[in-house]
Amino acid sequence: MALSTEESGRLVALLNGQDERVTTRWTEIVTSSLRGRLSQAELRRQVQDLHRAIVASGEQGTIDLSADSAAELRAALSELSRGRARQGFSATETTISVFALKDVLAELVQEAGGTDALKDYVAFSKLVDEMGLFTFESFVRTRESLIADQAEQLLELSTPVVKLWEGVVAVPLVGTLDSARAQVVMERLLQTLVDTGSPYAIIDITGVPAVDTQVAQHILKTVVAARLMGADCIISGIRPQIAQTIVALGIEFGDIATKASLADALRHVLRLNGVETARRQPRRDI
Amino acid sequence: MERVPILKIGDILLVSIQLDMSDQTAVALQEDLAQRIVDTGCHGVIIDITALDIVDSFVGRMLSTIASISKVLDAETVVVGMRPAVAITLVELGLSLNGIRTALNVERGMELIAAAHADELDYQLDDEPDAETATP
Repeated sequence: MALSTEESGRLVALLNGQDERVTTRWTEIVTSSLRGRLSQAELRRQVQDLHRAIVASGEQGTIDLSADSAAELRAALSELSRGRARQGFSATETTISVFALKDVLAELVQEAGGTDALKDYVAFSKLVDEMGLFTFESFVRTRESLIADQAEQLLELSTPVVKLWEGVVAVPLVGTLDSARAQVVMERLLQTLVDTGSPYAIIDITGVPAVDTQVAQHILKTVVAARLMGADCIISGIRPQIAQTIVALGIEFGDIATKASLADALRHVLRLNGVETARRQPRRDI
Repeated sequence: MERVPILKIGDILLVSIQLDMSDQTAVALQEDLAQRIVDTGCHGVIIDITALDIVDSFVGRMLSTIASISKVLDAETVVVGMRPAVAITLVELGLSLNGIRTALNVERGMELIAAAHADELDYQLDDEPDAETATP
């Protein structure tokens, strides 16, 4: 949907003719919709950027949002929506910055009058709609890339493998365990076993909110894989409710050692290793 | 035909599999190993599969067979150096390598065999005192 050369010319004339008034009115409408979450000066700068971009592409003849000549306009729109998406504004609050131009244009066209006023306004509206849709799309794209980045970071952050003792490593699992995460946990744990040469691993599920058959399946697979490599796994941090769920679901852990707490699991491993823990007389400060 | 070398370290035979196993190499390895166990009187066999990228049902079965043969000849078999990716694949395939003991690396494998052998000696000493003179 492109504006014809004459329509673009008239639009540029309208916007340029009352340059100051357009930006002020536009900024006013946007400011009221954002309820003071961005400063007037900042909004004014953004509006001026858009204004300049529209005029610049209009001066090259027809305004077509998908054409090469509108690259600057597209860049200005995406920069606006990227900024808003990162600052946590909603989609409506973002697109209204563009749609506010419609109100401004309506006022201007009405004042100018003339026989083609209605036709012009419809054409301008269509352009503004298109710009709004473009803004919305880049808003969504920015949000989606944010979410993807965060999911990746979460995956990286949430699966540490820590060394508890000589030859004992532990994986404190926190959060819901889905297939992707289970795969990452499994690979990282097995790699750590190889790198450190630890024959014992403790999988602590204190932070896992719910254990269903799928989660249990993932944990069992990890344990079996570790066994194949010659390391023993102990599952710890089983809360009372989880124990009940496991029994109710009929999940069999077989001969895999399960302990209530990480401390119990560590003590179990140390005993297997032949390490004695002795308690000294506690020191009394009087 | 290529043969897999069998190295003797103390009381242990070390087999490091570095090439893709075919039917022939597998059979040859089983024969050679059985012969070496009898010749040397070793009590432990360590099979190192660090170099193997793929362990399929064929290699799995070969390992099981070797373990069974060694067991008959009174030698403990330990498979060492399985890669994480290999272990994950085996689990996904549902292969469990029954009857095979595993260790993370050769060192741990030797400890495992030493421990198993020590248990056996203790048992013999406790149970029948005459065994001490019988075993060299």
